[in-house]
Amino acid sequence: MTLQDLRPGESGRILGFEPDAVMDRLMEMGMLPGSEVQVVRLAPLGDPMDLKVRGYHLSIRKAEAAQIRISKCEA
Amino acid sequence: MSSSTSIRVALVGNPNVGKTTLFNRLTGLNQRIANFPGVTVERKSGSLTGSPHVEVIDLPGTYSLTPRSLDERITYEVLVGRRDEAPDLVVCVVDAGNLERNLYVVSQVIDIEMPVIVALNMVDAAEENGLVVDVPALETELGVPVVPLVASRGKGVDELKKQILDPPKPAQGYRWTLMDAVDAKIPALSKELVEEAPQVRLDHGRMEILRALAEDEALDTWRQIAPRFVRHIEELRKEFAERGIAWRHAEVSGRYAWLGPIVNKTVRRVKGAATLSDRIDAVLTHQIFGPLFFLVILIGIFQAVFSWATPAMDLIETGISALAAAVQSNLPVGWATDLLTDGVITGVGNVVVFLPQILLLFFFLGLMEDTGYMARSAFIMDRIMKRVGLSGGSVLPLLSSYACAIPGIMAARTLDNERDRLITIMVAPLMSCSARLPVYTLFIAAFIPAGTLGIFGYQGLAMFSMYMMGTVMAFVAAAILKRFVFTKGSESYFVMELPPYRRPRARQILWRMIQRSKVFAVRAGKIILACSIVLWFLASYPRIDTNAERAQIEMQAAQQREARYAEAEVLLPVPDMALPDLEGSLESGDPTMAQIQSIMQQAELEYAAALDSARIVEQSAQIRGSAVGYLGRILEPVMQPLGFDWKISAGLVSAFAAREVIISTLGIIYSVADAEEGVALRDALKADRYPDGRPVFTPLVAVSLLVFFVFALQCMSTLAIARRETNTWRWPLVMWLYMTALAYIASLVVYQGGQLLGLS
Repeated sequence: MTLQDLRPGESGRILGFEPDAVMDRLMEMGMLPGSEVQVVRLAPLGDPMDLKVRGYHLSIRKAEAAQIRISKCEA
Repeated sequence: MSSSTSIRVALVGNPNVGKTTLFNRLTGLNQRIANFPGVTVERKSGSLTGSPHVEVIDLPGTYSLTPRSLDERITYEVLVGRRDEAPDLVVCVVDAGNLERNLYVVSQVIDIEMPVIVALNMVDAAEENGLVVDVPALETELGVPVVPLVASRGKGVDELKKQILDPPKPAQGYRWTLMDAVDAKIPALSKELVEEAPQVRLDHGRMEILRALAEDEALDTWRQIAPRFVRHIEELRKEFAERGIAWRHAEVSGRYAWLGPIVNKTVRRVKGAATLSDRIDAVLTHQIFGPLFFLVILIGIFQAVFSWATPAMDLIETGISALAAAVQSNLPVGWATDLLTDGVITGVGNVVVFLPQILLLFFFLGLMEDTGYMARSAFIMDRIMKRVGLSGGSVLPLLSSYACAIPGIMAARTLDNERDRLITIMVAPLMSCSARLPVYTLFIAAFIPAGTLGIFGYQGLAMFSMYMMGTVMAFVAAAILKRFVFTKGSESYFVMELPPYRRPRARQILWRMIQRSKVFAVRAGKIILACSIVLWFLASYPRIDTNAERAQIEMQAAQQREARYAEAEVLLPVPDMALPDLEGSLESGDPTMAQIQSIMQQAELEYAAALDSARIVEQSAQIRGSAVGYLGRILEPVMQPLGFDWKISAGLVSAFAAREVIISTLGIIYSVADAEEGVALRDALKADRYPDGRPVFTPLVAVSLLVFFVFALQCMSTLAIARRETNTWRWPLVMWLYMTALAYIASLVVYQGGQLLGLS
């Protein structure tokens, strides 16, 4: 599954992604393979997503989230 | 430390960590703002208060030193001395509430092996959220001094200053572990790079190699200078790919693997409850309340910008006219005085008059930035902006442009995607700004009937359509520019931090509002002044000899006055009695006396009015014969298909300086004494006829002209600021050309189409 499939409130652990410019940026922002990410909420129009990663809030689009493979963490 | 007596300190850190606040605290009022040569990145510097020999440089906010944006490239180049003389000391500003990600760039700075101090900012907010940082432990782990502070309240700033004046030894880098396969290659590659490019210091070699390995843009900078090195890096990438080594995140994962445990060891979590910021977000980005609140904020800002600014704008206008009048009456009559009053003072006045609106808008933008709401507005709007290929970050620059394109274009700086930023700048002037309002008002009031359609008046609907047309076209233009003009550069993406909400500090917001307005007034002001002078010459030369006409009008006026006096004389009780002898020969209160007096008063009033109109006729003749009038006549054949005669064309030429100038130009051409009053000009426009008796202004012509104003870029201030923000004349030129073409075609379609439909 990918990060896009998580519902608000759910968390996942990043498994990997195909490298590109946006992913390079996301890695520097702390989204690395192995990092835990929580989907906090979606924007009012359903996109982008508000994520919590390494203790802070980061917003990315679903299109980007769809490229990030994760394993869901059970609450 | 360099041998010179001055010490250079660079401030580095992520966006939203209070870096600029700290910079203001350190330097006070001694600041200089310029651009780094050749790029649009701002270079802010100032001397440390109390220590004039210490220069502090505020570098742009960056998440990393790997050059994925212009800001990051410049920051790195400054740090290693490739842009300026290298700093002697780096102060890394970090947010105590978000230590792990903030320390990423710090670990990169440490690797450059220069003296580093970590300024641990916002410790108060972190503690409110239950995060306590063990400062001595953090110092030990990082190997550099750490100074806790609250920059917004000045707490800890003195300790930091002390530390700056007694700087630590260069940091010893490489405390983190790089993947062995990559690490093994570093020494040989460093040596090779230094051999080929002797300007690189060996102790920067490691950072250089990691940057070149990770990012093509960094690699490209060496292509000319060190081709052998570039070839080897490329071979290495291929080799790693074959061996299945994740070279792309070798550096990132190595650094975070080091930082994660440090943060676990040094940050104590006191309570785990949802922070206040999270609770605010639950409301402000709520599905229904979020957009509603955003809308209320927007309406509020516009209301404020338009209504609060009005008294100040009126005051400035009055002041400028008074100044011009005072100069006019105190200096000798002549062209130099006219240039000063009509060219310089009026021209600069046309710009200064917008300062109240610009100041207010910057105030609100600053408030939104400092509270953290700016990021939320982008979060809410991104979905809509994505449709035209932009991102949520473009919302505010574009909305600001409803007030004035200048702050809008300047606000586009907050976009870190260069392609998005340029497109936003290019379409911002299509949003109907406040300078178009007086033009819309005049022509709508004159030519759009006052009737209503349901609950909406035609005039109101017309006004609304003007705004809609511009807005829709801005989106269309953005999509087209993206598809065909700005085809290079990264795809618009949206990776935005949502910083915690913070209490705004009036001091910071006012400070920045004044700084930004100053930049506008000074930088744009120079170009505007030059253009105003040129336009004045075009409107005033060649000089027209109007003496004969004036003499004739004066003679007629005198004759009329004579005739009036003759009327009065007939009423005299004694024939041949001179008018001055009137007193005494009749009782005051005598009806004849009153009648004579009123006739004489009227004669004087008529005479003064005639002289006034003589002056206006003179001005009118002057503008007809001037270069502007001439240009209007040259343009007439081109503009005729839009329904514009030479007078409107001349008005458009003069409106290049600023849109609203067309009103005063038409006022002069139509010899209307007080164009600002509007009513007289409105009647004159309606009454004007071509030689064959057709009216010059029909409702269709008016609509055509309105459409022209919606799309045309008639504002040299916008061009000046676009030049400044893009660092080239190319984009302002493209902007002007495409908008003028758009205006022409749109007006052509309206006028010709309207005629085909039988409208007039």
